[in-house]
Amino acid sequence: MRRIYRVGLMALLPMNALAIPADPLNSVQWTTMYNRFLKDYPVQFDSRVQVLAPEQAENSMQVPLAVKVEGLQAIEEILIFADFNPLPKVLSFYPQQALPFIGFRIKLQQASPIRAAVRTADGWHVGGKWVDAAGGGCTLPSAARNSGVWESQLGQVQGRIWQQPNAQRVRFRVIHPMDTGLAAGIPKFQLEQINLQDATGKTLAQIKPAEPVSENPIFSIEFPKNLPLPTLHISGRDNNANKTKAELIP
Amino acid sequence: MKLLFVSCYCLVLLSLGVDAGELNYQLTPRQLSSDTYVFVGKTEDFSFENGGNIVNTAFIITSAGVVVIDTGSSLRYGEQMRQAIAKVTDKPIVQVINTHHHPDHFFGNQAFKDVKIAALPTTIEDMEREGGAFSDNMYRMTGDWMRGTEPLAATEKLTADSLSVGDHKFKLLVLQGHSHADLALLDEKTGVLFAGDLVFYNRTPTTPHADLAKWLDALKQLEQLKFTYLVVGHGEVLQDKRAIVQTREYLQWLDQSLKASAEAGKDMAEVLQTPIPEKFAKMPLVNFEFGRSVVHLYPALELAVLKPAS
Repeated sequence: MRRIYRVGLMALLPMNALAIPADPLNSVQWTTMYNRFLKDYPVQFDSRVQVLAPEQAENSMQVPLAVKVEGLQAIEEILIFADFNPLPKVLSFYPQQALPFIGFRIKLQQASPIRAAVRTADGWHVGGKWVDAAGGGCTLPSAARNSGVWESQLGQVQGRIWQQPNAQRVRFRVIHPMDTGLAAGIPKFQLEQINLQDATGKTLAQIKPAEPVSENPIFSIEFPKNLPLPTLHISGRDNNANKTKAELIP
Repeated sequence: MKLLFVSCYCLVLLSLGVDAGELNYQLTPRQLSSDTYVFVGKTEDFSFENGGNIVNTAFIITSAGVVVIDTGSSLRYGEQMRQAIAKVTDKPIVQVINTHHHPDHFFGNQAFKDVKIAALPTTIEDMEREGGAFSDNMYRMTGDWMRGTEPLAATEKLTADSLSVGDHKFKLLVLQGHSHADLALLDEKTGVLFAGDLVFYNRTPTTPHADLAKWLDALKQLEQLKFTYLVVGHGEVLQDKRAIVQTREYLQWLDQSLKASAEAGKDMAEVLQTPIPEKFAKMPLVNFEFGRSVVHLYPALELAVLKPAS
């Protein structure tokens, strides 16, 4: 069985290699990332997908990151990954009713491209940027683990909705240690899903964070001006089945 | 002719720069008064090329011996500083003072371990707590220059409002804002003000432990002092208040622009894109330090504008 699998893989490899577009960021991990996350749909690098991040991470536990997409329609998913992180997948964002924008912070283990892949009907549109980092972001214990006071506040939400000229901007923070499972003696403990819903329970957008999302994550997202948003319901679930529910009023 | 000679000499010095091959900082004391000297560092970030010689340190030759203010970024810096002092005076070094707990101001302490090393009590605690992490970073950024360096915290707590050594009396100004405890010293004999990192000049201020409101308060106090020379932590030594004004104006802009961004609901990654006003655009490292400051200061400001959800 194993042998057949290997032969099959080798037979496929040359064809796949031809189909993989050359990486403008010249990362040796690109082919691996392609095969892991993107290979099911056509892939193109696209300057309409912008990744905002610093050249250099000042704090490897809290590296600011925002993805902005302009001019792509009917976006199904925005997938963010960091090639050189021990756990490369950062987050999936399903904008649905939201605008194609998301900001938050990540843990970065070492210098790495940070990429956003935006899936539309014609496949993945990929943008990205190299960020230099001193290291240690994913394998260090969260600050909460050191301070030991997180338990009383787990799942609490703070937030605000801003009416801006072209969008309704939402920022919210969820208290959660977001342990990667890579720090010695601390098992994985992660928010896995955050749903944003209107008052009727209709899902407006969904975020699926993975291990590299920073502790006590603070997200920025946007909804169109014409979407009625009298209240915004935020519900979350972590891998230990803890649930979070909160309501933001503009 | 004399001018020509001086400029040739400068060229030679420039071409020598910091010699990374021999790991020699080329520390050359600059005389401010009959008994006061400074070593002026480069207005750069730590690098292998500069070996961490990015800080100003000083010494004062009193009737009772030499007082050293800050000891540089490595054991090697401290040793070479000591050799450079010995070329100026054969008096013993009797007192070392660290202005605050950042590594470029105390990592040379090991070279003075036979001398009393003093700092503010909070500074000593911070040196003990953070010295190890600083050390990892310094080895990463400057490499072999750091060989043999281990953080040695000050041991003598400065709790009085003045310190007399021989014929010099230093007024001790206990301030904060750049770090949790910042000591400024005014030498009442010469009028030289040693401001530590509360004041930068033509080098963008750094904020890893900053509290901007407290820092601005500290600058207000320094601005009221009369001095002959102002020795800043990073940048040229001046005889007027330009450096205090520049530091204050930059910090005020930083504070106001970050607060405005938080109030407008910007994400931290968007705040990094803030345009730098023309007034500060030519300050060395301004883009780099602004980016660092956003990471240091924005988390508290953005939380302050969020409301608990119901």
